[in-house]
Amino acid sequence: MVAGRACLIVALGICLYGIGASVYGARSGRREWVASGRRAVYALAGVSLVAFLILQAAFLRSDFSFALVTSHSSTTTPAFYRATAVWSSQEGSLLLWLTLLSLWSSLMLFATRRRLREIAPYATAVLLGLGGFFAILLVFYASPFERTIGPVPAEGVGLNPLLRHPSMMIHPPMLYSGYTLFAVPFAFAVGALVARRLNADWIRHTRPFTLTAWFFLGMGIVLGARWSYSELGWGGYWAWDPVENASLMPWLTGTAFLHSAMIQEKRGMLKVWNASLVLATGVLAILGTFLVRSGILESIHAFGASTLGVPFLVLIALMTAGSVYLVATRAPQLRAEHRLDSLLSREAAFLLNNLVLVLLCVVIWWGTFFPLISEALTGHRHTFGPPMFDKLTVPLAIVLVLLSGIGPLIAWRRATVANLRRNFVVPVGVGVAVLALALALGAGSRPDALIMFAFAGFVVGGVGQELVRGVRARRVMAREPVPLALVSLVRRNRRRYGGYLVHVGMAVVFVGIAASSSFAHERDVQLSAGDSVRVGGYTIDYVRPTAKLVAAPNGRLERIDLGADMRVARGGEAPRLVHTERSYFPSVGPMLGPVSRFFEGESTSEVGLRAGLERDFWITVAPDTQRLDARVKEGDRVFTRADKAGALTDTERNELLGQALSGLAGSYAKNPPAATFRVLVSPMVTWIWLGAIVVLLGALIALWPSPRAVGRRVTAAYAARVGREARVPA
Amino acid sequence: MDPARKRTVRLVVALSAAVLLAAALVYTSFSASSEARSPSQLLSSAQPGKTYQLTGKVVAGYQRSGTTTNFRVRDRSGNISVPVRYVGALPDPFRAGREVIVDVRKEGGVFVGEKDSLVTKCPSKFTAEKT
Repeated sequence: MVAGRACLIVALGICLYGIGASVYGARSGRREWVASGRRAVYALAGVSLVAFLILQAAFLRSDFSFALVTSHSSTTTPAFYRATAVWSSQEGSLLLWLTLLSLWSSLMLFATRRRLREIAPYATAVLLGLGGFFAILLVFYASPFERTIGPVPAEGVGLNPLLRHPSMMIHPPMLYSGYTLFAVPFAFAVGALVARRLNADWIRHTRPFTLTAWFFLGMGIVLGARWSYSELGWGGYWAWDPVENASLMPWLTGTAFLHSAMIQEKRGMLKVWNASLVLATGVLAILGTFLVRSGILESIHAFGASTLGVPFLVLIALMTAGSVYLVATRAPQLRAEHRLDSLLSREAAFLLNNLVLVLLCVVIWWGTFFPLISEALTGHRHTFGPPMFDKLTVPLAIVLVLLSGIGPLIAWRRATVANLRRNFVVPVGVGVAVLALALALGAGSRPDALIMFAFAGFVVGGVGQELVRGVRARRVMAREPVPLALVSLVRRNRRRYGGYLVHVGMAVVFVGIAASSSFAHERDVQLSAGDSVRVGGYTIDYVRPTAKLVAAPNGRLERIDLGADMRVARGGEAPRLVHTERSYFPSVGPMLGPVSRFFEGESTSEVGLRAGLERDFWITVAPDTQRLDARVKEGDRVFTRADKAGALTDTERNELLGQALSGLAGSYAKNPPAATFRVLVSPMVTWIWLGAIVVLLGALIALWPSPRAVGRRVTAAYAARVGREARVPA
Repeated sequence: MDPARKRTVRLVVALSAAVLLAAALVYTSFSASSEARSPSQLLSSAQPGKTYQLTGKVVAGYQRSGTTTNFRVRDRSGNISVPVRYVGALPDPFRAGREVIVDVRKEGGVFVGEKDSLVTKCPSKFTAEKT
């Protein structure tokens, strides 16, 4: 515990030293100080990793002398979830933030140690500044290494059951990786502006990190949506919650930057726009972290009221003011080298795409902060509901999908009528065919969904056409068979075809969102065993209730599961058995009796899900436990009397409690009251997850270094070695 | 048209479009939003038929009957509470003492929750302010 705290204090010292060394090195031109500043980042990564591992070890061995372990873990929490419980707490997640930030920063600074010499020292100072901010929070505001007050307890509170899901291992680290990786382009943009080195070099070198940040944040968002859908028991995957919005905003501006950066690289345009976008993305990433931790807005995911709001506000104000100052004072050097030649050009399509993405971000920002804005203006808090968000964002999303189809097809600089005819006829044809198919399938009642399907068809048609043309050209030039021609085509321009695949994936995701949100059937219904109900073409029979008591590997009682077996059939299909249940975990509340704590603690739904390409069948159960109340109270009285008399050893008590709870569970299964079910038949939800996998593949292809780039690096490294050796006397 | 004049015209058009869009956004937001109120504020000034976003803590002793739940929501710090009738599935973390947010409409003496509007704060992350 002392070692962990010491690591954090050392981390803070390293940050302060590194900032000083980097700025002094850059100002004085002394490269040894610049190198020392860079090594400070490596050292920061080392000490924060050690601090993180100390905390992780405490969780894994259930060391309840750590207050954080007591309040977020227990011996009954499975080992897998004990490992993830570290970042379920405010303090642990801040430490994860610092660790990831320092690791990613080290990687970037190592990769650019011989490049971007004027920019890197300032970027190092910015990265260490951010690291220092989190180190200050961890040392002075939210220490993860506090000792438990009083005697060390034998058992902890346990990880919240809602967080016991495999996504907990990967969703938060992915989101945090996304946020922290966006700090890298932010820092290098600041460095470029301070050093007035404003060509596209910093964009080129930070591009893999920007793309990786975009990829991680996007995957984190999708994993969160999937988790919500399969675990939270409300049937949705997106609720426009402030914390969800906070993760989407930097992703949107990051997407815009990835596109507009291409225009700066190719034509030296949009320099002010690019610098502003990447700075805004960095600020929004911190804003997201602030929203989760300040308790300023009502959110299901927020950490609630805490003392961290003010420091975060100060950081956001500093970052915003600094960004505005830098862009304003460097405006003359940020002048575009070329002008837009025509509104019918790829540059114009990219610019429009950027405007739509930024507009989406502005609308979401407005809706998220509307309670605060309206309170400032009128004295009363007004809030947006999800329908309002849908109303504002759906038209923009439709335009975005259309533009993602137009971008790859239209020519750079100026499109001619011949170019338009040559490139657009087939994709438009595919879009029209999809439209006709959707109409034939009865989607005409929702025009917004119908347009989205048609535009998605247009995107897929366009990318398909580009691939077919490329493969044909390779076959003519290299006489390769089709599969080989396809592979070599993609290998030779990974960035382009990776990007195309991302567009296809996003189109598939949007089709899934449009279909599932427009044509879902949902019903809350009360059923007794033997009852049937029809929802969305499915016949659902409540076959039997189920009940079981579950013990942890160490013998302690972990939870009671009350559920239902359902027989589900659609049309002429053979009926299938679907199981759903609700798990009840014991509360640690001191006012609750030994038996009732199992029914008054946390509960989680285990969704009964039959997923398919066409539609998902989704069901949850809310058992009625009121009939057990009298027996629960009787059990409480018996155990309380025995506890007062000291008549039972711990083992006897645990055994008897197990028997009592088993009896209750058995009684529920034998004589079940009617239970409430939520049934959801939702078309094409699976397309969202499949589309995300396609996006993942596309991003990986775009990220993979091209053979030519590797070749260039090898040649440069070889030339550098020859140069060094030539100067060394034999 | 000379280039400088062309640039000015473009700037004016772009700024006008931005102002129009912003005005539309502000108007739509205020006309379609609901006011956030605590139970005590709701008791003193709620108008029948108007939608409010109620925020507070669930009082112990709520009753379920089929898909309908009757419960009371009290001020975060205080005992003034209002009765709420909610039809539909309850979120998993719904418990007595937990903070909830729900869109309600006054009907007689009861506040009726709108479908799927009830959210409960995730208790894993909710900690009281440290003093």
